[in-house]
Amino acid sequence: MRRLNQRQRALLLLLLAAAVLLAITLAGALLTGRAMETDFSRLNLAPDLPYLFGTDWMGRDMFARTLTGLSLSIRIGALTACVSAVIALVLGVAAALNRKLDAVFSWCIDLFLGIPHILLVMLISLAFGRGFLGVVAGVSLSHWPSLARLLRGEVLQLRQAPYLRLARKLGVPRRDLIRRHLLPHLLPQFLTGLILQFPHAILHEASVTFLGFGLSSEQPAIGVILSESMRYLTTGRWWLALFPGLALVGVVLLFAALGEQARRLLDPSSIHQ
Amino acid sequence: MSLEAKSLTFRYRRRGQSPVLEGVNLTLEPGERVGLSAPSGRGKTTLCKLLAGYERPVQGTVLLDGRPLEQYKGACPVQMIWQHPETVLDPLLPLGVSLNEAGAVEERLLEELHIQPGWLTRYPQELSGGELQRFCIARALGPATRYLLCDEITAMLDLITQTQIWDFLLREAQRRNLGLLIVSHSAPLLERVCTRIQSLSPIP
Repeated sequence: MRRLNQRQRALLLLLLAAAVLLAITLAGALLTGRAMETDFSRLNLAPDLPYLFGTDWMGRDMFARTLTGLSLSIRIGALTACVSAVIALVLGVAAALNRKLDAVFSWCIDLFLGIPHILLVMLISLAFGRGFLGVVAGVSLSHWPSLARLLRGEVLQLRQAPYLRLARKLGVPRRDLIRRHLLPHLLPQFLTGLILQFPHAILHEASVTFLGFGLSSEQPAIGVILSESMRYLTTGRWWLALFPGLALVGVVLLFAALGEQARRLLDPSSIHQ
Repeated sequence: MSLEAKSLTFRYRRRGQSPVLEGVNLTLEPGERVGLSAPSGRGKTTLCKLLAGYERPVQGTVLLDGRPLEQYKGACPVQMIWQHPETVLDPLLPLGVSLNEAGAVEERLLEELHIQPGWLTRYPQELSGGELQRFCIARALGPATRYLLCDEITAMLDLITQTQIWDFLLREAQRRNLGLLIVSHSAPLLERVCTRIQSLSPIP
């Protein structure tokens, strides 16, 4: 076999990670019915062939529940990561282009970064009445500051670039400057930041739900599964928490790998590797 | 009808530093080719940046036809060609896009500067400094341009390329009656191409 170069390998890994995540999302969405199904003839089965992850105290298939939970988490993660990345882009670019806005936004960024994430997510989620809307609002409104700060710094630096100053002198209109020179340079940072926000968002969604400030308990979310399973751990039903927990870690790692490969592909200095 | 620098003083923003330029006067008429020579670090590039409006002087003004330069909107009639062409071309844009970003450049200019059509789809890191400098020159010669500030534009080029570029620039300047300010360390070059040579006096 021909040896693949680093770019091709990165692309392959990226596609693989994306395919696995997409498969989990689709499978989970299709299995929602099975995940809610209770059957008292198969209570508390240890992991075995028909039920790979075992069953719980209501005879629900843990495999289906885990997949559904992950699927829900990924969808929430995707939504919140997109919302917060767009907030970051708009605020970061606006701050860098206007000195007065910069003072206000920088202060906001410092303020948000000063509060622990999980506390902020809990408070915002509570204020929005918990549930799906609460979680989405909480996570997306708390995750933009670090990316916004990064983009702001990038724009400030780009503004001083000789090619931008020269383009301005040539009479290129402002919106063309932003579209042609600024945005293409911001795209790698933006996309990488966006993908790397997925794991954060998923973990924080699971943790607020675990703590009871997020999704309601009838929804098969990973946080709900884990917090319910904690009550049964002491009675020896280890499989209820172990497999969903491992699966969550796996998904987060997959997203991190996805972000890392995307960064490698988009980074202009590594284009010839 | 001229580009005038009136007692320009400029210092870079750092506390307690003495000014780079102090009370500099310079006049450039259309059709005139003024040579400027001074030792390194004396502020030649800074003077070009002031004249082209990249920086504002601390004191003094730059007047174009009697009006302050910053009153001109749109494409600036005073264009500067930078010493390092690779810094003034966006590394993520194909050269054709950079070249035509302020309106299409005349075909004639590309031919006379020996810019090959194949280069237009390439990126700046794929071409050499001399090739990139031709793009910068072509781009600076937009229809609004009346004064051209050449800041050591051929310092890093071989002699043949230097000759080609100066030959072209002199013809173009004559044809359009452009005013040229030519910054260089090379005394023979200045003597050859300039109508008048001015040197920046040493820092008092």
